[in-house]
Amino acid sequence: MKWDKILKLAGIILAVAAVAVLAVWPVFPGVKWLPFTKLIKQGLDLKGGVHVVLEATDTPEAPVTPERVKQAMAIIENRVNAFGVAEPIIQQQGSRRIIVELAGVEDPDEAIRTLIKTAYLEFKTEDGTTVLTGRHLKNAVESKDPQSGRITVNLEFEPEGAKIFADVTAANVDRRIAILLDGNVLQAPVVQEPIPNGRAEITGYESLEEAHNIAILLRSGALPVKLEVMEKRTVGPTLGADSLNRSVKAGIAGLAAILIFMAAYYRVPGLVANLALVIYALLVLIIFAALNVTMTLPGIAGFLLSMGMAVDANVIIFERLKEELWTGKTLRSAIDVGFKRAFVAIFDSNVTTLIAAAVLYYFGTGPIKGFAVTLSIGILVSMFTAIAVTRWLLHLVAASNLVRNVKMYGG
Amino acid sequence: MLRERMPFHFIKLRKIWYAISVLIIVPGIISLFSQGLNMGIDFSGGSLFDLKFNQPTAVEQVRSVLGGFGLEGASIQRSNETDFLIRTRELTEEESTKVVQALNEKLGGVTLQRSERVGPVVGRELIMKALGALAVASVLMVIYIAWRFEFKQGVAAIISLLHDVLVVVGIFSIFQIEIDSAFIAAILTIIGYSINDTIVIFDRIRENLLNKKKGDALEDIINASLWQTIARSINTVLTVEFVLVALLLLGGTTIRSMVLALLVGVTSGAYSSIFNASPLWFDFKRLERRGRPRTARA
Repeated sequence: MKWDKILKLAGIILAVAAVAVLAVWPVFPGVKWLPFTKLIKQGLDLKGGVHVVLEATDTPEAPVTPERVKQAMAIIENRVNAFGVAEPIIQQQGSRRIIVELAGVEDPDEAIRTLIKTAYLEFKTEDGTTVLTGRHLKNAVESKDPQSGRITVNLEFEPEGAKIFADVTAANVDRRIAILLDGNVLQAPVVQEPIPNGRAEITGYESLEEAHNIAILLRSGALPVKLEVMEKRTVGPTLGADSLNRSVKAGIAGLAAILIFMAAYYRVPGLVANLALVIYALLVLIIFAALNVTMTLPGIAGFLLSMGMAVDANVIIFERLKEELWTGKTLRSAIDVGFKRAFVAIFDSNVTTLIAAAVLYYFGTGPIKGFAVTLSIGILVSMFTAIAVTRWLLHLVAASNLVRNVKMYGG
Repeated sequence: MLRERMPFHFIKLRKIWYAISVLIIVPGIISLFSQGLNMGIDFSGGSLFDLKFNQPTAVEQVRSVLGGFGLEGASIQRSNETDFLIRTRELTEEESTKVVQALNEKLGGVTLQRSERVGPVVGRELIMKALGALAVASVLMVIYIAWRFEFKQGVAAIISLLHDVLVVVGIFSIFQIEIDSAFIAAILTIIGYSINDTIVIFDRIRENLLNKKKGDALEDIINASLWQTIARSINTVLTVEFVLVALLLLGGTTIRSMVLALLVGVTSGAYSSIFNASPLWFDFKRLERRGRPRTARA
């Protein structure tokens, strides 16, 4: 027995165990980034929310231009931020599509309706001429009168609009001025006296929330182009949590089966491979957190699968190790030769898979791109753990003389 | 000493392995042409609702409510007393709101756990892109294998990879299991797995060819290489399948079809790497030698 090597080995096992616990268990409530698996973003299928793909369509008044799509994105962003959604994703796909992802929205349908409303505000006199539009608007804020409970959206016009409004109200005393939103008359109050300060109010809302949403729409202006919902996916928060829960259980069961199998079949090298596998899983999770990879349900399945594949390199090495031991080599030289012979096979087989992953990344869209990234990370890390970590650990174990019988190494 | 036990000769029995592959693939291809694939709404477009009723509900009750909207033909799948998965043609926002409202009012309360609406265009694009990626990836992998090994091995590897894709797609067609976009991810994983598996075996053949003695027949070298790698092939497919079986049993319904595809594909990938790729390569080599004028014969 070499006590220094054994101590080193024990230290490694303790360190890995500590990191593993820190990965998933809230040990220090004060440290925000622990457990670090919390840093891995969860996709909508895991935490609930809505995913919409909007496509800009040509209309006679507003054909789609790159400029208009950009404007529409900016307006949607404004509206989403005003909604108070945490970490929204708004991105362009191709030349005409906009992807919007909102997590944890209570009423996704309402959210979408509000997002793609045109919000075209007009003021019309009794003879039907439009005197003012949303273009002249400076601000719109909802409010609730605490006494009467009346809910209003208060409008404030820009200087030019205020001047027009003053003239129009002066010319239309005792007549009605209609306020229209997207062509619908919201109200048509009778003008009692000229309004010089450029302020108007719209009433007729059922809730403050409705008024709030209208105010957001008015403030962020009308969309410059017509948007249609191409695709919409919503996931309730309970279903998401349930999916995550089930995947974690399946992952634990699958991992346990691998650990037991490897230890039973390969004995000492199997135990080393198990330690390397845990290191592999932790490294992959840390990289996911660092690269801001968004975890989805298929992504979790892919990650779990990669653990099954990550032991492959170890299996190749151990089979070689056995053969070298059968030829009568000493344990240490068998480990060295086994690794050398196995390396070429591991390298070539993983490069071909990496080629496939790179092509997928280049050609794929959203989820498939994400899958290609996680696949590549898995392959690179598994090569590293198999070739560097397993080898180092195996030499350490061999040098410690803990187990001297080569039979326990497969010999 | 290498293991001497070789219960049978992989290459000499190769017609049997080819026959097994053909027997599995042909029904799948026939099914693919006759009844096609059960395309989920990701590909065909449509609407999907994942509902949880407050009380035990029968399929007939749900169908009668849907009938009020002209949706008698909708697919209604019940996973337990209160959970339903409904697929319909593509509904507009207003229509789907009304359908859920009607179910809520008439059947005593319902929670919409998940809903999806997909236009048909998105799915078509997804398939075209995936097929394009598959083609490009195949060409690049053949080039890499041709460089590191030889061109014929690249072709044999790609054929065995297509074999796996056909097995999975065929089985999904025969049993009409619904496929979604995660299915594409599954196919791509299978390709990665299968090629990986094949290369490990080719690597062993390459090494054994370097150390061959005069008079060693190619078929015996391939056979020995396959036996040397068989434990690894089986153990790796086992560890992968441990995870897949756990996911199938515990993982929930949303990813079931993806996991099923992986399970079938990974098994097929292990089979084709051993029983198709190397024997095919041997046949390619034999054809090459037969084509060459036999000047060596005295």
